[in-house]
Amino acid sequence: MNEVVSETTSPDATAYRRARRRPLALVGSQDQVEEELFGAVFDGVVLRRFWAFVRPYRRALWIGIAGVLVFTATQIAMPLLIRYAIDRAIAAGADGLALLQTLAIGFMAVVLVNFLSNLAQELAVGRVAGHLLFDLRRAMYAHLQRVSLGFMDKTEVGRLMSRLQGDVNSLQEFLETSIFAVGDLVLLVGICGVLLWLDPRLGGLTLVVVPLLLVVRVLWLPRARRAFLKARETSSAVNGALEENVHGIRAIQAMAREPLNFELFTSKANDNLRAHMRASRFGNAMVPVVEALTGFAMLVVVMVGGGMVLDGDLELGVMVAFLFYVQRFFDPIRSLTVHYSMMQRAMASGQRIFEVLDVPVTVYDSATAKELRPVTPAIAFERVTFGYDASQPVLHDVSFTVAPGQTVALVGPTGSGKTSITALLHRFYDPQTGCVRIDGDDVRDLTLKSLGSHVGMVLQEPLLFSGTIAENIRYRQTGITDEEVMEAARAVGAHDFIMKLPEGYATRLVQRGANLSQGQRQLLSFARALAADTRILVLDEATANVDSETERQIQEALKRLLDGRTAIVIAHRLATIRGADRILVLRQGRLIEQGAHDELVREDGLYARLYRLNHGSFDDLEAADDEARGGHSPQPPDAASGTVIST
Amino acid sequence: MSEPIPPLIPWPDGDERAAVGFDGRTLLRITRMAFVYRWRMAVAIGATVLAGVAQILIPLLIGASVDRIHAVLQAGLTDTRRGESDLVVIAAGLFLVAAFRGTVTMLQSYQGEVVGHKMANELRLAYYARLQSLSFTYHDTAHTGELMTRGILDIEGTRMWVHTGILRLFLLVVLLGGGALILARIDGPLTWVALAFVPFVAIGASLTRLKLRSLWYQLQRELGILTRIMEENLGALRLVRAYAAEAFELARFDHVSARARAITHRRIAFFVGSTTGMTLAFFLSMGLVLWIGGERVIEGRLTVGELATFLTFMAILQQPVRQISWMVNSIARASTCGARLFEILDMEPAIADAPSAVDIPDPGDGILRFENVSFGYETEGRKVPLLKNVSLEVGPGEVLGIVGPPGSGKSTLAHLISRFYDPDAGRVTLCGVDLRDLKLAALRRAVASVQQDAYLFTAPLDSNIAYAEPWFDDDALRSAAQTAQLHDHIRTLPRGYRTLVGERGVSLSGGQRQRLAIARAVLPESRVRVLDDAMAAVDAGTEQAILKALAQTAAQPATVIIAHRLSTLRGADQIVFLLDGEVAEHGTHDELLALDGRYAALYRLQTMATA
Repeated sequence: MNEVVSETTSPDATAYRRARRRPLALVGSQDQVEEELFGAVFDGVVLRRFWAFVRPYRRALWIGIAGVLVFTATQIAMPLLIRYAIDRAIAAGADGLALLQTLAIGFMAVVLVNFLSNLAQELAVGRVAGHLLFDLRRAMYAHLQRVSLGFMDKTEVGRLMSRLQGDVNSLQEFLETSIFAVGDLVLLVGICGVLLWLDPRLGGLTLVVVPLLLVVRVLWLPRARRAFLKARETSSAVNGALEENVHGIRAIQAMAREPLNFELFTSKANDNLRAHMRASRFGNAMVPVVEALTGFAMLVVVMVGGGMVLDGDLELGVMVAFLFYVQRFFDPIRSLTVHYSMMQRAMASGQRIFEVLDVPVTVYDSATAKELRPVTPAIAFERVTFGYDASQPVLHDVSFTVAPGQTVALVGPTGSGKTSITALLHRFYDPQTGCVRIDGDDVRDLTLKSLGSHVGMVLQEPLLFSGTIAENIRYRQTGITDEEVMEAARAVGAHDFIMKLPEGYATRLVQRGANLSQGQRQLLSFARALAADTRILVLDEATANVDSETERQIQEALKRLLDGRTAIVIAHRLATIRGADRILVLRQGRLIEQGAHDELVREDGLYARLYRLNHGSFDDLEAADDEARGGHSPQPPDAASGTVIST
Repeated sequence: MSEPIPPLIPWPDGDERAAVGFDGRTLLRITRMAFVYRWRMAVAIGATVLAGVAQILIPLLIGASVDRIHAVLQAGLTDTRRGESDLVVIAAGLFLVAAFRGTVTMLQSYQGEVVGHKMANELRLAYYARLQSLSFTYHDTAHTGELMTRGILDIEGTRMWVHTGILRLFLLVVLLGGGALILARIDGPLTWVALAFVPFVAIGASLTRLKLRSLWYQLQRELGILTRIMEENLGALRLVRAYAAEAFELARFDHVSARARAITHRRIAFFVGSTTGMTLAFFLSMGLVLWIGGERVIEGRLTVGELATFLTFMAILQQPVRQISWMVNSIARASTCGARLFEILDMEPAIADAPSAVDIPDPGDGILRFENVSFGYETEGRKVPLLKNVSLEVGPGEVLGIVGPPGSGKSTLAHLISRFYDPDAGRVTLCGVDLRDLKLAALRRAVASVQQDAYLFTAPLDSNIAYAEPWFDDDALRSAAQTAQLHDHIRTLPRGYRTLVGERGVSLSGGQRQRLAIARAVLPESRVRVLDDAMAAVDAGTEQAILKALAQTAAQPATVIIAHRLSTLRGADQIVFLLDGEVAEHGTHDELLALDGRYAALYRLQTMATA
């Protein structure tokens, strides 16, 4: 879609237009809808892999297909029975009464079989397709739980969600429609066969309309599809703009963009209207053509067939049966073409689904993996070199140890490798060379499960789930008692604010805990880590500033949390850094200084310079370093600036 | 028997669309909206009636052709030529009627859809405009997902009323009424047999449809929960890994997934059971017509052609009768969807231009004043006072700093400056004019406010920065980015200022977002600048650089800075300490220190931690 750059005309917008330029403005995302790939109708690889998911339900599938065939056969049989009733029973007058009765009962029997086979096929196919939908989604979801985090970092959640939902749906549709397509095909072939069998000449003549219908339909389809696609695209553009208007309303009102946005939206909405009207023209254009062709077939039957009946070459009932069949020609053709597009779409969806299932799982338990001992262990990094992309290491030959119960602070600018160190400790990734040891064991020799239950982690962003506060503190450890939950909350100083909430620990958090303040969320994530009671703790300190009272609480909670555990803290605040037993200074993936605060200050290296600069956040390392080297004098330590570091 | 429910299952959002209701006033209002397109509706309805008539003619013509042939055959084979010429007329009639039916069906369908789309477009525009104008008091309580479903699904449900409701009603009346009349004239008793399936199918289908509708909403609710679980999980995968919670997460997923699966299967069973049951009823009727009708033909009370008419008419009627259920569904759907839409469209914004609203005096004194302002939010019918009797004054070029504990009313104060809310007592003035007497758009353009949580539009960086000033020039844009200390970062991006940001673009860190918001506020020339904790995620060094650059911009607006870090307020001319919505202390930094009150205590707390 093109950017919407519109020349606005309303007096309101003109009033504040300063230059005679076009506004660089748009509403809604200018992104394409995830493009609709129309793949081949049959993609062998996709089908084969798809079959693996269908296999468990193959019995139901065969029942479904058998049902479809029987169902179609009964549909073809009914006009035939009418034909015999007319020609054999009714034509015979009073002598035909018995036969009429037999035929009518036969008709009812066929109706019953029709009902049963219809029930069987629809139920079987519907159930298989339903199962398939959930199975495929489950397989993808379970796989995503295990794939490399590197993949997840690069992939937007929204894109994955569209695969978990849209693509899975279209494969479900695919299964349903492909089976019904079999029925339609059989019906079409069956009708043609019966007509030719009843009377080859009249049949042949009537069937002329079938290829005509097909040709018209095939010519019409690509154009119509473009029109429908366009309508869908403009719809989603309009909805995108509406979404922006809902989510960004505060910003929009604050910046008084309402009149301009409304104009931009109007032009999008009008595009959408035009596209829909066009699609509607296409959608309905086929109706008179189809009806006229059907009418033509009836004309042939009545004129030619009627003439034949008059000449004694054809029975009257056959003509009536012809009229019934003729009116059913178009239904299977129409559904077949609809199914065709659906199958194409499904193949593209299948490719996207299997693409996700093929993302490799790089980290898994080795065959001899063992459990960690329940002690407070030592941590050692031995000459670790690691890069998310092996050719671009983000850690170079990093070695250090953390004694049991010690806290080590990692300091360094963004991109210096702090997060990578914590990720390696938890074995989110494996290093290219060197190894990470916990309690003397290489983490690759430990089970992931035991790493998860012994290495606690507090992320910078306190991620919370929709659920009650107590559930969030417990998280995976569902066995923790209410008292233990409360104790953890009390220990980190969260108890008081929780009790002030309307339902205390049973208060439900809205999405991402948006009904709590940043600091409160932080405290909850501490409580969660404390409740998990792991011997090792990895903590990524939040950078966001909170008010000083909360800050004090957090610092105290931190002390409580680190107490008695072996800990690695990515620290941003001086208070945290100074509280650590040892400080590791990282820069561009290398460990450049390490030691206690006083030692480092005495050593007069980068850390010392930084500390003297009093720059607050140690994330400014790079900038500060340049500044220090450039010989700028440190900022005057006036009253307020001194406070910067602590908050 | 039932397995225990795993924890952390999100609860569903409220959804009243599942309601099965009939709301005559709403339906009437939608219908009136449709009839705004008078000519199109006239054409659509006319075409619908004609299509129904043509539909009835076809079985009659088929019957006539059969009878004609039968009559000739009965009369002996002598007079076939006349029979043939009659047949040509009937055949041509069939063709013409079929073609005619196709044409009018196209017309009614196209015009019906067009009216629906045009109406939907009007509703969409009105909805969009209404959402824009509704004030914070509304948006604070509204659920964003809910607003989206109204804007998408409810408009769709309302639109469908034209086609599946109004027009279908006409078609059914013509077909069923006209058809039944004609059949009854041919053979009364047989008509009863032929139409025996109609009430059965109509009632059965309608009940099914309504039941399916409620099952559909149940399913949507479960799927909504499932979506929430998946989204939260995928967004927090690092945490899931860190806690080795894979099995736990899968258990949550499986639990909800199983519920959704069960509803899906119930829906399928229900749907299949009822549709096949209706087909059975229809075909059984047809079998009876064949049987009884055949007997009556043999008895000479009916002709073969008339029997053919009955049978073809039934075949034609099968589809529309099933569609009665769609109509019933459409009534329920349009009633609820329409009511939900109109509820919003009829809402009056709490904050709007007064009829006598004026522009901001130019030049004016540029002074922003709070005069004994009190304000409270409405929660559950109760006013919770947030600001009490606050008086302040900031002149152009001056900086007013505001500090205070959380909940002391700082952000509320900022919101009053942009007139997102109106004070309950007292007044806020700019250049001596009460904000309520100023044109809202003019006021909002004059006040550049940066909120704590900067919203990013999914758009390139430049249009994001220039959001309030889309007719910017490149130099101004760059200098705004420089002031916000963002320019250097933008330069490192591959597409520079054209880099797409926002939900689907490059992600920015919290600090970068805040800097973007500041650049956004700097670009337009404003009379008042409000920074509401706008640099909390910006590191202190950068913050100082921004403050310095802000002080150097050409415009000299009255500035209000709300901050937690006292260092942010270093350059403030006056500082206010807010406590429980009241001005507890007011003065310069030195004065407040000398006062040795709360400000001084906070200052000591922040400085002591360094030592």
